[in-house]
Amino acid sequence: MLPAQDKTRFEQLVLPHVDAAVNLARWLLRNPHDAEDVAQEAVLRAYRFFSGFRGGDARAWLLQIVRNTCYTWLEKRAPAELVTEFNEELHQVPLPNPETIAVQASDRAKLKAALESLPVRAREVIVLRELEGCSYKKISEVTGIPMGTVMSTLSRAREKLAQILGGNAAKEASNEL
Amino acid sequence: MNCELSATALHGYFDGELDAVRAAEFESHMQACAQCQASLNTLKSLRDGLQKSDLYQGASARLRTRIAEELGSENRAAAPRWKWFLVPAFSLAVLLIAIWVAVTTQHRAYSARLHAELIDAHVRSLQPGHLTDVQSTDQHTVKPWFDGKLDFIPPVGDFSPQGFPLLGGRLDVIEGRDVAALVYGRRKHLINLFVWPATREPAVAGEDSQHGYNWLSWRTGDMQFCLVSDVSSADLKELKDLIRP
Repeated sequence: MLPAQDKTRFEQLVLPHVDAAVNLARWLLRNPHDAEDVAQEAVLRAYRFFSGFRGGDARAWLLQIVRNTCYTWLEKRAPAELVTEFNEELHQVPLPNPETIAVQASDRAKLKAALESLPVRAREVIVLRELEGCSYKKISEVTGIPMGTVMSTLSRAREKLAQILGGNAAKEASNEL
Repeated sequence: MNCELSATALHGYFDGELDAVRAAEFESHMQACAQCQASLNTLKSLRDGLQKSDLYQGASARLRTRIAEELGSENRAAAPRWKWFLVPAFSLAVLLIAIWVAVTTQHRAYSARLHAELIDAHVRSLQPGHLTDVQSTDQHTVKPWFDGKLDFIPPVGDFSPQGFPLLGGRLDVIEGRDVAALVYGRRKHLINLFVWPATREPAVAGEDSQHGYNWLSWRTGDMQFCLVSDVSSADLKELKDLIRP
């Protein structure tokens, strides 16, 4: 139970980021309905822990709690998601060309499917960077990935996503022949 | 910079997260590299697609109402009924937490004080004439120089081939004790490596920045190491890995 002025502070600082909370949960869980439940749980948790919030970026703080709540949820219901390794070195393969990606990425359904097929640890950095516009520092705060590793994690995640889309394009081309 | 090295830097450049030096390096590489130019455009296409495809899912009005209701009832909830047998357990927990907080706070304060002093020493060393007492790029000259001046022998290595030439060494005083300071170059910047045997003090490890200087500390065996410089923390890590492969 928080004093009234803390409740007002929570409403001003944290509640504006409920959209971000739902969006992150939606992509981590790959399910729009569960996302709302888990985001709600995370916001309540944040409310209970609010006295431990020491100022700083309220969005990153809330998203960190959302991420933890999501991972706990996945551990219970989809543990296989979390054991998928994501550390392959993909740098040997050049990225597909910009035109191919532009065509593939303009198809919402294909893009959504490609993003959802990424391992969760790749998916989260892409969502935080491209949809949430987080800096590397914020990504590090939310995910706990060391600051010096965010860039390489993100590069592998993007390469993987680009290759899935490039692979789709190649398949479509061979079907047309 | 070749393509393999720049494959990751490409992403940092694209995200505006490279420091000025690395960004300039990447730009000059990219001017001559059609592959990196194309890759940069691929990243742009990918970002455009992700941002324009309406993939962002915000909170529904229903969820907002639910949260507002929950926060209301959370605040109205009655004070918890005390279960008396919990009191001793609770007291013990509070005591343990208090001890833990005291220890970590003390350690944190020690680390902050130590690193403030190390950064001061680094800044002092940049003043003319203060950098090195023994100026040599030869590890076999620098190492014996410490002999007799310190009650321990710091590990001295030259990493010129990897871009960290040894410039020399000097004695410095940190927390009232003599420490070895080795000076390395990195492009036009200087890095101080402070080394001392830390048997009594708690181990200090981690990295952070203060007043624009980065530091990176670790302990190997009973030797404490700390790198201080204005170069990026990535550079400091690279040097650390050379010192302690």
